[in-house]
Amino acid sequence: MKVLVCVKQTFDTEAKIELKDGKIAEAGINLIINPYDEVAVEGAIQLKEKNVVNEVVVISAGADKAMDAIRTALAMGADRGILIKQDTAADEYARAVALAAVIKEENPELVLAGHVAADDGSSQVPTRIAEILGYPHINVITSLEIADGKVTCSSEADGGTQVTEVSLPAVISSQVSWNEPRYPSMKGIMQAKKKPVSTVDAVAADNKIKIVEYALPAAKQAGIKIEEDPDVAAAKLADWIMNTAKAEIKK
Amino acid sequence: MAGTWVFVEQKDGNIRKVTFEMLAEAKKFGDEVSAVVFGKGVEALAPEFAKYGADKVYVADADVFGEYNTGAYVAQMVAMIAEYKPNAIMFAHTFNGRDFASRLAQKLEAGLATDVIKAEISAGKGLFTRAIYAGKVLAKVEITTDPILATIRAGVFEVVESAGAGAVVKPAVVATAADVYQTIKDFKPTVSARPELTEAPVVVSGGRGCKGPEGIKVVEQLADLLGAALGGSRASIDSGWLGHELQVGQTGKVVNPNLYIACGISGAIQHLAGMSSSKFIACINTDPEAPIFNVSDFGVVGDLFKVIPLTVDELKK
Ligand SMILES: Cc1cc2nc3c(=O)[nH]c(=O)nc-3n(C[C@H](O)[C@H](O)[C@H](O)COP(=O)(O)OP(=O)(O)OC[C@H]3O[C@@H](n4cnc5c(N)ncnc54)[C@H](O)[C@@H]3O)c2cc1C
Ligand SMILES: Nc1ncnc2c1ncn2[C@@H]1O[C@H](COP(=O)(O)O)[C@@H](O)[C@H]1O
Repeated sequence: MKVLVCVKQTFDTEAKIELKDGKIAEAGINLIINPYDEVAVEGAIQLKEKNVVNEVVVISAGADKAMDAIRTALAMGADRGILIKQDTAADEYARAVALAAVIKEENPELVLAGHVAADDGSSQVPTRIAEILGYPHINVITSLEIADGKVTCSSEADGGTQVTEVSLPAVISSQVSWNEPRYPSMKGIMQAKKKPVSTVDAVAADNKIKIVEYALPAAKQAGIKIEEDPDVAAAKLADWIMNTAKAEIKK
Repeated sequence: MAGTWVFVEQKDGNIRKVTFEMLAEAKKFGDEVSAVVFGKGVEALAPEFAKYGADKVYVADADVFGEYNTGAYVAQMVAMIAEYKPNAIMFAHTFNGRDFASRLAQKLEAGLATDVIKAEISAGKGLFTRAIYAGKVLAKVEITTDPILATIRAGVFEVVESAGAGAVVKPAVVATAADVYQTIKDFKPTVSARPELTEAPVVVSGGRGCKGPEGIKVVEQLADLLGAALGGSRASIDSGWLGHELQVGQTGKVVNPNLYIACGISGAIQHLAGMSSSKFIACINTDPEAPIFNVSDFGVVGDLFKVIPLTVDELKK
């Protein structure tokens, strides 16, 4: 069985964001694999270690530098990579179309992705891919099992947790609590250099949304900070809770 | 054009507050506003939406809609869009809402703005503000595809009552069991006497500074006195002091309460992503340099084990 994992290269979550000429400045920003996708890669590798899967292919749509994200996934243990060259201004529709075209060609039994990209993520791409391919999908999973041509996952749900089963092939998107991604070993990093990565052009697709403006949120006004004896501090805090924030007290 | 539709978030007849927030916001666009409810035995809910200004209430009532499932819901919505031609549809940015809206958007080859915190909708055009890069940037996106689709973050719009006609419309039910491709094997509701995180007007959260379940108990005392939801940082959740569903932050839930109180939480950027848009923020932390103070309206430098019990006593007075 073959698994395809969608990995997006994103800004490091700690990065300080600045705007330049109305756009998000990329200079000096550390780029990483989207943390949720790292979990999806780990999940795929574990399936291979359990002999449920025999090939793990990572695909990424983006600029040439997205190759780094693919190499990282290969160093973790994925077998092969595909870089889809696409303008990073492509929206979630255009990205889903480009990814789905390659997935269709590869014809895997399972497609894994993150449930959201940590940068400008929209939580749309995996579900859109599933729709294009006519596959069922499950989102925000925290566990996964495969048996008898079906995949069963626990996932986060509104007001609780849920166990859902769908038939393969399917698209599954991960929550970070699914697993703890491994660090690539030195040996893994060396081996990754020799693993095959192909490059294809994205199929043409027009964006469906237009970004008209980026802005930085207004900086918060400095608030009150008190450093006093606990009883004095508590009295002041209680007063603020009741009279400024106007919270109701349930006596 | 049949105005703005608000898709009702409900489970077993319990309507999520975000539905009313969306209805009130949709009224501002001046066009006709309709609530759209899918479920089993949900017709009786219709008057609830009229209270918040719904001119019409579309009710698709059938066994196949008893539990949210993407396939049947999308099939039904596609048919209703073709029949009634709404200008825009607003969904809640819940797990179900984003799942539904994404698959629908792709089926219609339309644009979709998710996790929206500001909306302006006119005929054929939607302008939406989204908080991206963990809340560090605001992006304004324009959608002109038909219909205009968006998922809305809970808690950003105010609930305002206004009388609407609430005329019930019953569209033909076209979805069948054959449209269902996900089998729900089990659902475990979160059992808690406290309100849910994303809906609560007050959230009180505990972090690593609680040092263990005993410290969480101290935080709970304050939460319960304020009728608040309980939340936590990743540190307290990973330590097993609180359930996963209570994590606030980038990988947890985004909350937007009137008041957020962070106890023993340093204020890492990933935590701020989940709470910094709260209206009022207070914190209690022993380290005056902790970044949480930078976003707090009222910060107490102190030991939560001392300050919280005394604050509880003060509030009870
Ligand atoms: C991809 C990614 C996603 C993440 N997602 C999330 C997320 O969704 N939510 C989240 O919260 N984190 C998330 N994190 C983790 C985040 O980076 C922090 O590690 C985490 O928020 C720290 O939790 P904390 O503030 O409770 O702990 P710490 O950072 O250890 O802070 C504990 C604080 O308690 C104070 N303290 C100690 N004793 C006392 C006392 N007696 N009284 C009062 N104060 C005291 C200390 O001064 C300190 O400031 C994520 C990280 C990554 C990399
Ligand atoms: N350019 C991309 N290349 C590969 N995978 C992507 C890309 N964009 C999104 N994805 C996948 O879709 C998931 C959700 O992304 P998003 O819908 O943008 O929040 C990500 O976690 C990735 O797994």
